[in-house]
Amino acid sequence: MIYALPFLLKGFVTSLEVSAIVVATSLIIGAFMGLGVAFGPTPIRLICRLFSDFVRGIPILVLLFIVFYGLPIIGLNFSPFLAAIFALSVFKTAQVIENVRGSIGSISRGQMDAAKAIGLNFPARLLYVIAPQAMRRFLPPWINGVTDAVKGSALVSLLGVNDLMNSIQQVIGRTYDPLPLYILGAAIYFLINYGLSSLSRSLELRFAYIRE
Amino acid sequence: MGYHLNFTLIWRNFDKLAYGLVTSLELAIFSIALGIAIGLSLAVIYVGGGRVSRSLIGMYVEFVRNVPLLLLVYLVFYGLPTAIDVAYDATTSFVATLSVYSGAYLVEVFRSGLDAVPRGLIDAGKAIGLNPFQRLVHVRIPAMLRITLPALSNTFISLFKDTSVASVIAVPELTYGAQWINFNTFRIVEIYLVVTAMYLFAGYSILLGLRRVERWYGVER
Repeated sequence: MIYALPFLLKGFVTSLEVSAIVVATSLIIGAFMGLGVAFGPTPIRLICRLFSDFVRGIPILVLLFIVFYGLPIIGLNFSPFLAAIFALSVFKTAQVIENVRGSIGSISRGQMDAAKAIGLNFPARLLYVIAPQAMRRFLPPWINGVTDAVKGSALVSLLGVNDLMNSIQQVIGRTYDPLPLYILGAAIYFLINYGLSSLSRSLELRFAYIRE
Repeated sequence: MGYHLNFTLIWRNFDKLAYGLVTSLELAIFSIALGIAIGLSLAVIYVGGGRVSRSLIGMYVEFVRNVPLLLLVYLVFYGLPTAIDVAYDATTSFVATLSVYSGAYLVEVFRSGLDAVPRGLIDAGKAIGLNPFQRLVHVRIPAMLRITLPALSNTFISLFKDTSVASVIAVPELTYGAQWINFNTFRIVEIYLVVTAMYLFAGYSILLGLRRVERWYGVER
């Protein structure tokens, strides 16, 4: 098992890469689509709603297979790594949309009206009035959701991406001793995710003073 | 692009998908039933228990919630039999895994639900002379179940989706049926179109049904 550590480390780095790219991409796209759901005109709202409900209605595993095996017929030929990132980003974007929508929805209408009354235009209203308040509601569930991205990244091993899960499987293929390696893997995933969820909890406590 | 959609091969093998969907639902139902049993008993122990039992339950919850389901499935199916002398088939192993997995989420749900039972109800139970155990069984748990109903149905839906992971250890559920047909016919696009539709249809039907149950049985707010 000691000899396998550098190999596992490489897998671990890939897992982190996949998770980080997915989290960043989904945050940007999800934020815009979330705003679309909250403030957009009906067609945009409908499209974002449909997208989110569709993606959240199917298992991530099926989503991965659709992207990797299905999309090539419309000319999108992804490598396993890109397919994994694409599919997980789509999945995570749907979550971010819900986070954004929820956090904006929790702010009372009066805030928006007051901002209008003092003559701020829409970007300014968003930036100076809505965003600072919504951020406190957005951060804890979002960081908690990042653990879903890290956990979901284990599924990319099924497309043949050499992530932590896949390198564990490969080492087991040589040592025929599954238990210690699975436990090691569980410990690694646990440490990352436990750190994230503790961060989420401490932020929640910090923001707990806001109660209408 | 020379690809023509051809669904005939899918319909010819549709029994694989139909059985798969039923199996997926069965897996989800068995797992949530066992998960509720685990979650409920641990939540009761947590609320009434001492420091040791609390931290043990906390460790279980944190461990399961922070490890990928795929890894847990492998751990239970491939890892455990090497350490302890048990033998089980893939389906049993997966139901056990998913029960333990959902149990960890449900402990939290039930624990906060027990906290949310109005004080007045418990006092009323005391007033009519129920002992602590009777108060728990006849007052707190029924009231808690009504409060936690929405969270329960969300857990059930996500469990239904998580059953797709069972395909990696060859449990014949919906995703596995899809892979089977794909390996035999190579109509991969059609198969995933059909399977996606089936997951969406089943998932949203369950959601609508559960929302109806919530309206009928849940707490008005």
